[in-house]
Amino acid sequence: MHADPKGVLTGVHFLDGDHACCEGTLAAGARFSAGYPITPSTEVVERFASRIPTVGGIFVQMEDELAASIAIQGAVWGGAKAFTVTSGPGFSLMMEHIGYAAMTETPCVFVDVQRGGPSTGLPTLPAQADMMQARWGSHGDYGIIALCPNSPQECFDLTITAFNLSEEFRVPVMMMLDECVGHMTEKVVIPEADGIEITPRRYTTLPPEEFRLFKPKADLVPDMVRAGDGYRFHVTGLTHDERGYPSMDVETQDRTVRRLQDKLKPLANGRCLCETADLEDAEVVVVSYGITSRVAQRALEMARDQGVRAGKFRLISAWPFPLERIRELAARVKAFVVPELNLGQMVLEVERAAAGRAAVIPVSHAGGTVHNPDTILKAILEAAR
Amino acid sequence: MIENTLEIPVEIPEEARNPVEPFLRMDRMPHIWCPGCGIGTTVNCFTRALLNSKANLDKVAVVSGIGCTGRVAGYARLDSFHTTHGRAIPFATGLKLSNPELQVVVYSGDGDLFAIGGNHFIHAARRNMDLKVICVNNMTYAMTGGQTAPTTPGSSITATAPYGAFEPTFNLASLAEAAGASYVARWTTYHVKQLSRSMEEVLNKKGFCFIEVLTPCPTLYQRRNKMGDGLDAMKYYKEAGKIRNGAPTGECGLTRSGEIVLGKFVDRERPDYLDLLRAQMTQALGERYVEPEASCSSC
Repeated sequence: MHADPKGVLTGVHFLDGDHACCEGTLAAGARFSAGYPITPSTEVVERFASRIPTVGGIFVQMEDELAASIAIQGAVWGGAKAFTVTSGPGFSLMMEHIGYAAMTETPCVFVDVQRGGPSTGLPTLPAQADMMQARWGSHGDYGIIALCPNSPQECFDLTITAFNLSEEFRVPVMMMLDECVGHMTEKVVIPEADGIEITPRRYTTLPPEEFRLFKPKADLVPDMVRAGDGYRFHVTGLTHDERGYPSMDVETQDRTVRRLQDKLKPLANGRCLCETADLEDAEVVVVSYGITSRVAQRALEMARDQGVRAGKFRLISAWPFPLERIRELAARVKAFVVPELNLGQMVLEVERAAAGRAAVIPVSHAGGTVHNPDTILKAILEAAR
Repeated sequence: MIENTLEIPVEIPEEARNPVEPFLRMDRMPHIWCPGCGIGTTVNCFTRALLNSKANLDKVAVVSGIGCTGRVAGYARLDSFHTTHGRAIPFATGLKLSNPELQVVVYSGDGDLFAIGGNHFIHAARRNMDLKVICVNNMTYAMTGGQTAPTTPGSSITATAPYGAFEPTFNLASLAEAAGASYVARWTTYHVKQLSRSMEEVLNKKGFCFIEVLTPCPTLYQRRNKMGDGLDAMKYYKEAGKIRNGAPTGECGLTRSGEIVLGKFVDRERPDYLDLLRAQMTQALGERYVEPEASCSSC
């Protein structure tokens, strides 16, 4: 279906990534947000608080991130599309509810505008050090989706994608911005509402007596209902059977938890989002994401100028990680260079995929600013040698 | 005596049903609660309140946190949510705001609502969020084995206070009133009629309503403190319970064996969150203000 025109600010704008992300939520149909102030992410909900009363919806500023991250899930079961926004310290507090969303298969979006950590770290300065936390931060096994925009335009576009994927797979989706992308201002084109595809919620067509809340369809994802429609359903974070009733047996645990991971398999490779260039003849491939991919672009161009066959692999969906794509490349390239604003996180996935068949060279940076393109260039040149 | 006062048929006919059954997920019985526990009694009172209030049960949702009382959501044949520890109230806040025609009841324990969830409680009361909060207060963390709660009275022995608890406790009624609740009452599981009436009353009242129900925990609290069984708790509630409607909540603190002041302490009118939101936005934005769209299952 197409976007509801009420939320779509069609036109050509000059927006920063945070504001563009907010417009993405509105275009995607989000009519509920709960937030708690934290730099450098607050602009997303500040804009939402300003826009939503004239669109028709709710913004509520909660008492903390724990509250915000569960209030959105109450809103989802009430029938709304909903999201929350935060940065490092708040993201840490939200972990339990990312697990709750995964376990209860509650479609919702978490926006994390990353800053330097650990702890309070660098509130106003960039990092990309929450990437593993996004994947593994809550306890137990589960699958999630994480997207990494590298421009305000992508903050708009990918936020819509994030909502659509969360509805399709019924998983929490992370929007992994960083302070630079959140605060950089660029041209953002917002199309007409009928040019924006929206994935509606997977509401069941079965009557209450036939419906089972956690009975998966062929794609391993169950259909949903909302409160108040007479289904008298039960949702719990406990391991549950197809009826949603708590179950302590080992078989149910195995079936449930495996399905929470397996339902994302179609995304892992065939539909993974990435941007590639010059891979055909590449001997060195730079794997990057977010703001670092913009810096790496410069290094790639300089390397090509110097005659090095360098290729680009930009992760747009960091999770699920495109394991197969990297594995294929590993069979025919000399090395991967992985710059990121952390001391080595996504590089571990690249190493896992390469499995020793190609060298993997991290270009780590503790955050606070972006890489110097020369540092990345140097790594490319060394890798090509 | 019994033969003279009650007519009990020797055989219970096949079709006979407890009137609360339609409100329960009978396929989940038996429940997990211990003999002598009072949580089931509160659920019985709640179902009677629902029955009497003539609420449309399709529009009533129950939200619980974690703990023995947290399991209420799983037994209520309503739209029901068993959330995370302490976070029933913020979940309920989102549910209510996205779907305001729902009657949202938060049903949880003292540890869940006032230790890990204490911050959410006071903020929801401050906002006068239209939630009905029923707190089963058994003065301990029962599910995890009887540890000290913010409501455990002084000198009680608990699993984590083997030499006696000594921290001052919360007076829940006073806390609720100070934070802004529209309705505050306290009963025990001995006072089932009054409790049902209070529950029925809050189902017909808008705003943040709070009912505290003192409930025995023979297995994990009373046993350690040589306080007898469930029946002994009933006797204590009967003897020590003093109904003083309108009593100043500040004077209604609880002790281990002292007087228990009961009644409806607060019943006041305050605009609720959505009233306040609407008023402010209409004032600031005039005709540009668009009412939040009711969530719609076809969109």
